[in-house]
Amino acid sequence: MESATAVRGWAQGPGQTKAVSGHTTSERARDGAIDQEASHAVTAKQVRELDRVVIRFAGDSGDGMQLTGDRFTAETASFGNDLSTLPNFPAEIRAPAGTLPGVSSFQLHFADHDILTPGDAPDVLVAMNPAALKANLADLPKGATLIVDTAEFTPRALKKVGYAASPLDDSSLSAYKVHAVDLTGMTMKALEPFNLSRKEASRSKNMFALGLLSWMYGRSIDGTVTFLQTKFATKAAIREANITAVKAGWNYGETTEDFAVSYEIKPAPMAAGRYRNITGNLALSYGLVAASQQSKLPLFLGSYPITPASDILHEMSKHKRFGVRTFQAEDEIAGIGAALGAAFGGALGVTTTSGPGVALKSETIGLAVALELPLLIVDVQRGGPSTGLPTKTEQSDLLQAMFGRNGEAPVPIVAAASPADCFDAAIEAVRIAVTFRTPVFLLSDGYLANGSEPWSIPDVSSLPVIEPDFATEPNHVSDDETAPAEFWPYLRDPETLARPWAVPGTAGLEHRIGGIEKADGIGTISYDPANHDHMVRTRQAKVDNVDVPDLEVDDPTGDARLLVLGWGSTFGPIGAGVRRARRAGHSVAQVHLRHLNPLPANTGEVLRRYDRVLLPEMNLGQLALLLRARYLVDIISYNQVRGLPFKAEELADVIMKEDEQL
Amino acid sequence: MPGLSGVPTTEVEQKKKDFTSDQEVRWCPGCGDYAVLASVQGFLPELGLARENIVFVSGIGCSSRFPYYMNTYGMHSIHGRAPAIATGLASSRPDLSVWVVTGDGDALSIGGNHLIHALRRNVNVTILLFNNRIYGLTKGQYSPTSEQGKITKSTPMGSLDAPFNPVSLALGAEATFVARTIDSDRAHLTSVLRAAAAHRGTSLVEIYQNCNIFNDGAFEILKNSDTRDEVLIRLEHGEPVRFGVDAEHGIRRNPSTSGLEICSGDDPNVVVHDAHASDPSRAFALSRLADPGTLARTPIGIFRQVERPAYGDLMNDQVDRAVETQGEGDLATLLAGNDTWTVE
Repeated sequence: MESATAVRGWAQGPGQTKAVSGHTTSERARDGAIDQEASHAVTAKQVRELDRVVIRFAGDSGDGMQLTGDRFTAETASFGNDLSTLPNFPAEIRAPAGTLPGVSSFQLHFADHDILTPGDAPDVLVAMNPAALKANLADLPKGATLIVDTAEFTPRALKKVGYAASPLDDSSLSAYKVHAVDLTGMTMKALEPFNLSRKEASRSKNMFALGLLSWMYGRSIDGTVTFLQTKFATKAAIREANITAVKAGWNYGETTEDFAVSYEIKPAPMAAGRYRNITGNLALSYGLVAASQQSKLPLFLGSYPITPASDILHEMSKHKRFGVRTFQAEDEIAGIGAALGAAFGGALGVTTTSGPGVALKSETIGLAVALELPLLIVDVQRGGPSTGLPTKTEQSDLLQAMFGRNGEAPVPIVAAASPADCFDAAIEAVRIAVTFRTPVFLLSDGYLANGSEPWSIPDVSSLPVIEPDFATEPNHVSDDETAPAEFWPYLRDPETLARPWAVPGTAGLEHRIGGIEKADGIGTISYDPANHDHMVRTRQAKVDNVDVPDLEVDDPTGDARLLVLGWGSTFGPIGAGVRRARRAGHSVAQVHLRHLNPLPANTGEVLRRYDRVLLPEMNLGQLALLLRARYLVDIISYNQVRGLPFKAEELADVIMKEDEQL
Repeated sequence: MPGLSGVPTTEVEQKKKDFTSDQEVRWCPGCGDYAVLASVQGFLPELGLARENIVFVSGIGCSSRFPYYMNTYGMHSIHGRAPAIATGLASSRPDLSVWVVTGDGDALSIGGNHLIHALRRNVNVTILLFNNRIYGLTKGQYSPTSEQGKITKSTPMGSLDAPFNPVSLALGAEATFVARTIDSDRAHLTSVLRAAAAHRGTSLVEIYQNCNIFNDGAFEILKNSDTRDEVLIRLEHGEPVRFGVDAEHGIRRNPSTSGLEICSGDDPNVVVHDAHASDPSRAFALSRLADPGTLARTPIGIFRQVERPAYGDLMNDQVDRAVETQGEGDLATLLAGNDTWTVE
């Protein structure tokens, strides 16, 4: 990884990376004024150039590790590295302090080139207490850097997690580059002028750690200073204390002999454009707002709080100026019920939830299938069954989305591939729902929801326009031509098989719909056997008929015999695994499914084109089951349900092993 | 009428048949639902609303077939969820007059949660709760309003459940309009509908409705001219609460328990009904007079009718205020956010 050695001057110091809009990456790298406050510490330390780094911040769930990670990520994004993040936190808001279950971590992978995952193993672990060390040490490869806060390594804290003696005092950490630093003590010292209580002062230790890591990797702290100024605008003492702590951490790195080397990771070459860093839940929310704007349908979100989907409800509730109405319902059922009621009234009805919520919404989804009204169900999947692992990721709701209803109730399914892709996937799901008058599932998951990556901000004029095409006049003339024209609510568009969407308030189109089977065309209640058979097949045909693009296989050498297939959030890890296998000399093809129902028309042909198909999933083989049944292809599954995304190295091993058997 | 402000009206004179759909009504002959349907169809022309701006939403059960028979927009949804569906519709479309038709099983059993939350939110809908104290569509099991000990198919030794009093329940759920009426008393039913439609917010109208197949005569004591005057208490806002053939009974406050009790009709302390009282405790006490077993001392009429902002109005005010204070949303600005960088 280390490719060059240089001496870094102030060009990479704090203060030079002015935020941000309008500056090009190269400008920002050159641009720079010396931070006078810190300049006393100018010592020409060694700077090594790296192509990529994985850092993990770990601490107690009250230590502010997520915030620390977010800030480091923001500065890294501004600097122009490609990046990918993995927050990992317990379901308990404040698990007992200092215990293993209470450890919260944030992993960030950043590089001077295009990367696909948050990284398999950290190069640097920052452990704020013995619990964080113990919980994360197994992931740390030999030779990695370990920074620990010695202040927290008290006999009591050590005992709490089962250390008989401090690992800092024996040889158990000899395989690592250990920096035992009194982060808390130095933070308290730096904050002495502020007359804060011990407890308050020590809370800024995460900012000290952020400052230190920012120095190590040449990140600016300007954005964080601005962030703290805004966040604590009305709390002067807390604001100044945190700013002082982050600067003190930076200066400590610059001054101390303990850290002899700092690192430089150059900006990654990216396509021209304007970028921001974005999480999956935020991108998905923006996709919903964009879909509402692009369809000119007012958005109505009916939702009930559930991890890891709640942030979408929070975000959407901020966008009332876009005509967005958010309704926090009494339960999951009312959330989707209200969204469906709004859809009947001509709104873009959306409900957001996770797996257990989908289970409760099933009957209403079935009603939406029968009513043939547009409705979007967002399922941010988490570990199941039942409450399962609320804060961890899994892909185990595919079959629930596909089949989790009574009767033959087909629903199109779109799955986002990466945090930024949640934006486009949301618009695509709404397009299908509105065009085909059907409920649609949009699948995300915990990893996409909270993970982030740089996003090339799209030009609004490039977004698809969605046409609601409301019915405005009667559509049926009876044989008796003297009779007035009628409105038949189930008279279908011959091409899409979609029925007309006539909203209340449209004179002459009054009609009644409901969950009881309707006669096709006229839409009145019908118990006729032939009609039911026809309607079941027609609803299926409508979904099968949804226009989805063909699969495009990535097979650069053209001679691959092994195809690696994935769907949803495994896109990144599979891509990274495939790259590694290719670098090791294997010819491997990769393809990714974004539409799970209907499947792209060429799916069967693509699967049969290769001698072997490998399908990694974070479930026990749900897509494999569907594809095997449908195409009679002997797909090989690779499954994990550990609540964490796949690691690239592990997938590379599996890929190469399969390829070697061919 | 505040309840219908924002709903377009028509100059064209409307008749009952304008609200009658072409669908054959399929309730059992003799069902009380027919009388309610006729009353509603006969009453709606009086409102003079554009027919296309009226929506009936129902759940599941005999009563929930109601929308099919109305020549308006309508949705026959799923069991218990009509209040939730109507909440989304009414709060996103203030130009609609939204009605919910439900039964004692639909509203109080499977849909109890949605009912109480619609009431506390004060969504601008009128809920017609057909209470026949039995499950009709599933052929005769006891319901949440059946009297304790009721012998039914599922309770051969008598039901164990204590029944709900829907009026008490609604008052406890912060309802702003609560009334009770009887299917066979068309004049009373219509007067209650009139007040319910005029009310902005959730109006709950409990309608005692006879199921002549599975629970025939459940309300006979309140309907029969020989018995009704002795047991039925007609509530009129601003009037003393008296009942009996010659109004010989009255209701007064018991000073030691602060509850209500029966007294002589000429007792100077007979209470005067105040449906507009902000404190719901008197209305609640009135709702408790009825004997759940015999229906003796059953009040009908409007128990409570108070003003409180409707949910949809508050929701739409927030949208308007956001646009006023921040301007209409600009998508490009939103997507860009505040923290961007440019690669050339």
